[in-house]
Amino acid sequence: MTLAGLAFYAFAVTTVAAGLMVTVSRNPVHSVLWLILAFLSSAGLFVLVGAEFVAMLLVIVYVGAVAVLFLFVVMMLDVDFAELKAELAKYVPLAALVGVVLLMQLALVLGAWTTAEGVTVIPTLADLPAPEVHNTRALGLVLYDRHFLLFQLAGLILLVAMVGAILLTLRHRVDVKRQDVLAQMYRDPAKALELKDVKPGQGL
Amino acid sequence: MSADLSVILPEAALSVFAMAGLLWAVYTGKDRAAPTLLWATAAAFVVLALWIGWTGSGTQRAFGGSFVNDGFARFAKVAILLSAAAVLLMGEGYMARRGLLRFEYPVLIALSVVGMMVMVSAGDLIVLYMGLELQSLALYVIAALRRDSVKSTEAGLKYFVLGALSSGLLLYGASLAYGFAGTTGFAGIVAAAAGAGHLPLGLLLALVFLLTGLAFKVSAVPFHMWTPDVYEGAPTPVTAFLATAPKLAAMALFARVAHDAFGGAAGDWGQIVAFLAVASMFLGAVAAIGQRNIKRLMAYSSIAHMGFALIGLAAGTAAGVKAMLIYMAIYVVMNIGTFAFILAMERDGRPVTDIGSLNQYAAREPTRALAMLVLLFSLAGVPPLLGFFGKFAVLQAAVAAGMTWLAVAGVIASVIGAFYYLRIVYFMYFGEEREPLDPVRSPVLSAFLIASAVVMVVGVANLFGIEGPAAAAAETLVR
Repeated sequence: MTLAGLAFYAFAVTTVAAGLMVTVSRNPVHSVLWLILAFLSSAGLFVLVGAEFVAMLLVIVYVGAVAVLFLFVVMMLDVDFAELKAELAKYVPLAALVGVVLLMQLALVLGAWTTAEGVTVIPTLADLPAPEVHNTRALGLVLYDRHFLLFQLAGLILLVAMVGAILLTLRHRVDVKRQDVLAQMYRDPAKALELKDVKPGQGL
Repeated sequence: MSADLSVILPEAALSVFAMAGLLWAVYTGKDRAAPTLLWATAAAFVVLALWIGWTGSGTQRAFGGSFVNDGFARFAKVAILLSAAAVLLMGEGYMARRGLLRFEYPVLIALSVVGMMVMVSAGDLIVLYMGLELQSLALYVIAALRRDSVKSTEAGLKYFVLGALSSGLLLYGASLAYGFAGTTGFAGIVAAAAGAGHLPLGLLLALVFLLTGLAFKVSAVPFHMWTPDVYEGAPTPVTAFLATAPKLAAMALFARVAHDAFGGAAGDWGQIVAFLAVASMFLGAVAAIGQRNIKRLMAYSSIAHMGFALIGLAAGTAAGVKAMLIYMAIYVVMNIGTFAFILAMERDGRPVTDIGSLNQYAAREPTRALAMLVLLFSLAGVPPLLGFFGKFAVLQAAVAAGMTWLAVAGVIASVIGAFYYLRIVYFMYFGEEREPLDPVRSPVLSAFLIASAVVMVVGVANLFGIEGPAAAAAETLVR
């Protein structure tokens, strides 16, 4: 077995195992942590097939943003997950049935897979021609050249969404105390503090 | 790439201006910087309009044909920029007095205008959608600007939900068009549609969904339901904006899609547009009769006017597009004047929208009443005012294209619609004496009202020469 093969099995087993743990662990926070492990190891899988951009996305977007968001939700919402889990047990037979049907459908699709005439099939990844540029670079070339306008317009739309959200929801209340960083920084210990030498056993 | 960038230079410049203005206002006076920013934005609009109007020539395509800068786009852009500048200036006093003059307001209007400029230049379904969304999202926000008022919030929400629905329909049509034509570029869709003389079924479905989405944006019947509520609920300067530049942009986009992407299938979309036109004209004329709220009345009026503009499009000829452009330009000028009048309707410092409050207005403010009379007659299409020439141009185009029945329907609808315009005139001159409105203090509003009325009278001579550019614009679109 080559090193790449070894790495593949290591990442694949970790992904599956972590995925399993996401569903079976009792504590929802643990579930999210297992989910992060599953994301990281699938990012490893993507690196192995040469899709380093997708791997980066997975780490940055899913681990960095989505999973953290999950954590926030889990911690901030007062959901009794133990109760939910207990209810879940009732639906196990139904869930198993759905799972079996889904598996059979997948098998049917794969079994009936035919290739259209005149299409050359590339059987394995190893047979793919080596890409001239890395896919990050290739994406960048398309995104910032051919689709530059669309990319920038999408940015403007997001800017409008942000400005709109702030405009419609932010209220500047005058009766709350705010942190004034500069005032804090320029506070002079000589004026704010009074040092007293307290003798042991005497008090002030 | 740099050649592509030079084509989108006006849009890029306006975007950079909007972002710079946003940063500047955030780091300086926040809302205290708003009036300066508002005037600067209006000035930027005017400068850009002059730049586009004077320097542009020929047809340039950028980014693989997905952005087109041709005579048609330039005509629409100049009209959009000038009308947006006018509405921005008109609304300043109203917004400031009600604490609505936030510094984001001119920035959002500027970004919305960027969206409109992209819309009218779209050569690709994705660019079309991006421009449309940029325009609409900014409008949803400013429609809900008065966030303490239930009506304004409702207007924003209603506009947003229905706008999202229409975007969904439009996207569905776009995905069908992509599926059946194999490309999102308008040139590719035209090529796929050409040949048999009529559209394949898939593309026909795509066309119907695309036109439905666009009909929402121009508020053509039966996709008009949002218009009266949004016009009524939004702050009046925002309503004035909604009724002018976005309507013009959406109508130009309508023409762009119909002629650029489905140019070979004029017979197919012609009947849809003709139906939209007739339904809009009649509903706009009939439903406004019962309205006493002048903002709702203007909403129905705009629905009826969109119907007339669609007649020009339904003709499917270059003359029809030219008539549509002239009609929209005149409509925008009339609306600017009318809203300058509505913005000044106040009693004890509070805005009044009931048309009954205009009773005996002529006795107190004869000049303003006369100007409004001219504008209302023009909106109704009474000769010899400019509004009549707009209607005449589209009807003539319809008759020339062999759609006499459409022209006859237009005449009937305009006669019905004249009733509610004339009723306002009746109130102003012959109504019963009531508690008077406040005297108008704002010279800006009076200037826009009177200038607009003067244009309605003087423009009759030669339509200010817009006929030539409009014809040239229509020629570049309809080949």
